[in-house]
Formats: sequence, structure tokens, C-alpha cells
Amino acid sequence: MNEKISIRDLKFYYGNALALKGINIPLYANKVTAFIGPSGCGKSTLLRVLNRMYDLYPNQHAEGEVLFDGRNILDPGVDLNLLRARIGMVFQKPTPFPMTIYDNIAFGLKLYESLSKSELDGRVEHALKRAALWNEVKDKLNANGLSLSGGQQQRLCIARTVAIKPEVILFDEPCSALDPISTAKIEELIDELKHDYTIAIVTHNMQQAARVSEHTAFMYLGELVEFDETSKIFTAPRDSRTQDYITGRFG
Amino acid sequence: MTHATPSLDHDGRLSAARSKILARMALGDRSFHLVTRLCAYGVFILLAGIVVSLIMGAWPAIQTFGLEFLVTRRWAPQLDEPILGALAPIYGTLLTSFIAMLIAVPFGLGVAIFLTELCPIPLRRPIRVAVELLAGIPSIIYGMWGFFVLGPFLAQYVEPGIVWAVQDIPVLNIIFGAEMISNISLFNASLVLAIMILPFITAIAVDVFSTVPPVLKESAYGIGCTTWEVVTNVVIPFTRVGLVGGVMLALGRALGETMAVTFIIGNSFKIDGSIFSPGTTISAAIASEFAESADLHRSALMYLGLLLFILTFFVLAAARLMLMRLEKRAGA
Repeated sequence: MNEKISIRDLKFYYGNALALKGINIPLYANKVTAFIGPSGCGKSTLLRVLNRMYDLYPNQHAEGEVLFDGRNILDPGVDLNLLRARIGMVFQKPTPFPMTIYDNIAFGLKLYESLSKSELDGRVEHALKRAALWNEVKDKLNANGLSLSGGQQQRLCIARTVAIKPEVILFDEPCSALDPISTAKIEELIDELKHDYTIAIVTHNMQQAARVSEHTAFMYLGELVEFDETSKIFTAPRDSRTQDYITGRFG
Repeated sequence: MTHATPSLDHDGRLSAARSKILARMALGDRSFHLVTRLCAYGVFILLAGIVVSLIMGAWPAIQTFGLEFLVTRRWAPQLDEPILGALAPIYGTLLTSFIAMLIAVPFGLGVAIFLTELCPIPLRRPIRVAVELLAGIPSIIYGMWGFFVLGPFLAQYVEPGIVWAVQDIPVLNIIFGAEMISNISLFNASLVLAIMILPFITAIAVDVFSTVPPVLKESAYGIGCTTWEVVTNVVIPFTRVGLVGGVMLALGRALGETMAVTFIIGNSFKIDGSIFSPGTTISAAIASEFAESADLHRSALMYLGLLLFILTFFVLAAARLMLMRLEKRAGA
């Protein structure tokens, strides 16, 4: 299997506090990798390293290597804007931009490509269809993104991320603010998207991890406890802490 | 009745002590209600009082000059039958405020963006404090500084160059033309006004910029935006209501600012289209002439005051209208 991203001995610091204590994980191309573990174990921190989001904040820094197609993205010389266009992210809470539904998607497209109006229309429609939102919004593309329901907003954010054709999509608890029906839609979507993208998803929902992912990483207190195929993690975990967590005995 | 705890008696009625306490509380509640209500109504009464006394003071001038007051350029209170027109002060007020906003809004937003998005943490406090100190400098000091420092500097080093550069360009040679460059001019006043309103715009912009949820900014950075793109497409649209509010507050201050402007604008009722000429504003005219005025002259100054009041009111109304339009366009 082709490793799209290889995380090697990654350490992460908030100020002087060590939040990730030397993590080694591969993210395989066109697969879904789930990150599970109790709150504060470093799952979200790990995702934020992958697109260097932590760079926005002073006093946070990472050590080690994160190879993305063989190139270390922690190198100071990496173009962050380009990196973030190639590694998209969907956040825990829906974050539509303060503009129309159409512009929410067109905005990102216009940053990197000069498209004619008709091309742009086509790309927006395609992205909304990919995110299974087109039928619900096609008659109100000029409405404000904030006027949509929570589930729709989240799919809008996914459409926005998909539109710019990243190679990797990071989902940070994408369903934690959504109802079960919206959650099911987004899970279907993730399943659909992995044909074209490499996906990493942080989730607190064990069933969700089991349903959508091929590989699962269990993290605890900033360490990677276990990484394996999802079926193995959930049926025959090697570590007793993993066993305890997935059966709900702690965490 | 030894217990402090209230209780119902056998018939299910409140005990005497309890009803006494309740009655006292109800009285307190009612009087509190009444006092706050009076305070709120007091604002209306004050406003109405000011408007009525302005109109009463201005009445003789309104009767004499009518609406023609607004378009008359001449200001000759010394004549036996004084001819008084408000065009020059209105022109000066609008022009100086406009130029001041033109300078202060981009400048203030720039400072705010730097402070909230780009500035290294150790520098943040000193810059904020400096901006706040700028707001705390009394108006008269700005006036003196404008008169003794900024004015001579502009007149000596800046304005002659501009006048020379545009002397052959039509339109511009009127706007930036001057027969004689002096320390006092509309432009000079505009510049001082810009400095005076800068802290307002910056302080409000910093406050509203920090209401943008970090995750919203992150998601914009997350699709590969640069800081410039995040600010122009996410931060500013997200905070536009607060920004427009801050800008209007600053405009309100610019329109009404008196002391500093009176010092450096020259109190000339001429309109020659040049921003390097002396001029006057409504508040400067009132401040410099009120003490020596009488009768119709004084009434005309009151009329000017009424106009300033109306002007400020319309600025606020326009701001509201603009906001409503913006909301509609954003599709909310």
C-alpha cells in the first residue's frame, strides 16, 4: 500500500508542554484512517500538524518528520498556502464563510485557478453534488451560507474543501455537532470520497470509526498506543488499554 | 411566629410576616422599575429639550433666510441687513470629514489588522496603548500641534510640491491649487481630524476583529488563503456591522469636532474648491463667532447648530440604511 503521508517520530509542544510524544503512523493513499482516543490524547493536535495549522499560533512547534509524498512538510521552507490547498480540513463545527452558498465554494476556487464564469458554475455544482448538497441548495445558491441547517452547513464545508481538489482531507470530529441523519449522510460521503482522496478522521464515536475507516489509530496521553487495520483494532486489539477504551471501560 | 422561615397558616394563607416581606419587596421592585423608567424617559426629554431650544433660538434666522440659508455663500453679519448663508460651513464640514475619513479608515483598519492578525505578541500591548493614548490627548492640544507644528511643516515642505506638480492638470490644479500657502487650511484641519479619529476606528476594529471565531479563520487558512485573503474575505465581512458602526462613530466625531479645527482651519467663509485654502466648519464658525454675536447673527449660528444636528442624524440614518442593504446583499 502506498503511504501518502508518513508521520515519523513526531513530537509536538504547546509552549513547553509535550503533547505528542513521538508518533509514527502512515496514512495510506485512498484509505480512511481513523484516530480514536479520549479527549486530550492528541488526536486533533496531530491533525493540526498535518496542515501546519498550528503555525498560526506562537509558542507551538513540532519536531520530527511528516513526509507528504516524500517531502517533509515541517521544513520551514514549505509554502503553507499551497500545503493547505493540498491538504484540506473539515472542522468540528460547521464554519461557512460569511457569504453566499455559491461564493463559499467559488471563493476557494478563485484563489488558485482563473476560471470563466461557466467553468466556475460547473465546479461549484460538481462540488455541491459531491457533498450531496446540490439538490437541497440548487435553488438558493445566493442565500447566505449561514441560513442552512447545521448538517447542510457541514456538507457545504466539505463541498468547499472538495472543490479545490486537495489530495488529503482531514476531518476533525465532523459529525459531533450533527444529528444522526446528517451524520449518516456525511459517513456515506466519506466512503465515497476515499476513492479520490486520502482521508484522516478524528472521532469520538467508536461505531463511526468502525464503519468508515480501514485503519484505526488509538491514542492515549499523547502516545500512539496501537495502529492497525480497523477490523483488528475492534475485534482483537493487542493492547489492554485499547481493549478497555473500545469496550467503554475508560475514557 | 418564632421561625424566620415563612409558612402558610392552617387556612393556606401566607403568614403575616411573610406577606409583610413580600409587600416590601414588591414596593422595592416597583420603585426600582419606576426609577429606571424615568432615567430612560429622561433621555427623550433631554433630546426633545435640546431640539426645541435649538429651533427656538434659530427661529428668527429661519424666518429671515428660510431654506436659502443652505445655499447662500455669503456670510456678512456686519451689514445693516446681514446676509448670512451656511454653504461655506457646510462645505467645509463635509469636506474635512470626508478627507479625514479617507485617510483614517484605511489607516485605522490597517493598524487593527496588524494588531490582531500579524503583530508579534510582545509588540501588541505597546501599540494598543499608544493608540489609546492618542485618543486621550485633549482636542486643544491637537489644535496647537496642528497650528504650530503640522501646519508650518505642510506649508513648507509638502504643499508647495503638490501645487507645483499639478499646476497644469485640469481639475486637480483647482483641488490642489493655492494662491498663497499658509499654515491654516482645510487640508491641515482634515489631517488633524484624521489623526483624532484614528484611535476610534482602530479600537473598535480591534474589538470586533477579535470576535471572529478562530475556527472560522482557520478554515479559511485551511483552504490555502493568505492572511490578506482571510482578512478581506472572512474577517471584514464577518465584522462589517461593527466596523460600519465604528466608522460612523468616528464620522460623527469628525463632523462635530470643534476646538482643534477652529484653531487651524482659518475661519474663512470663502469656497474656492482648493483643499489648501482656509475654510470653516459649522462647529468652528459657531465657536469663533458665538461670543461676539447678537440678534440675527446669533440666531443664524443657532441655525447652523441645528443643521449640524440634522446632518449628524442623517449620517446615522444613512449608516443604518447601508447596513440593511449589506445584510440583504449577503443574503441573510
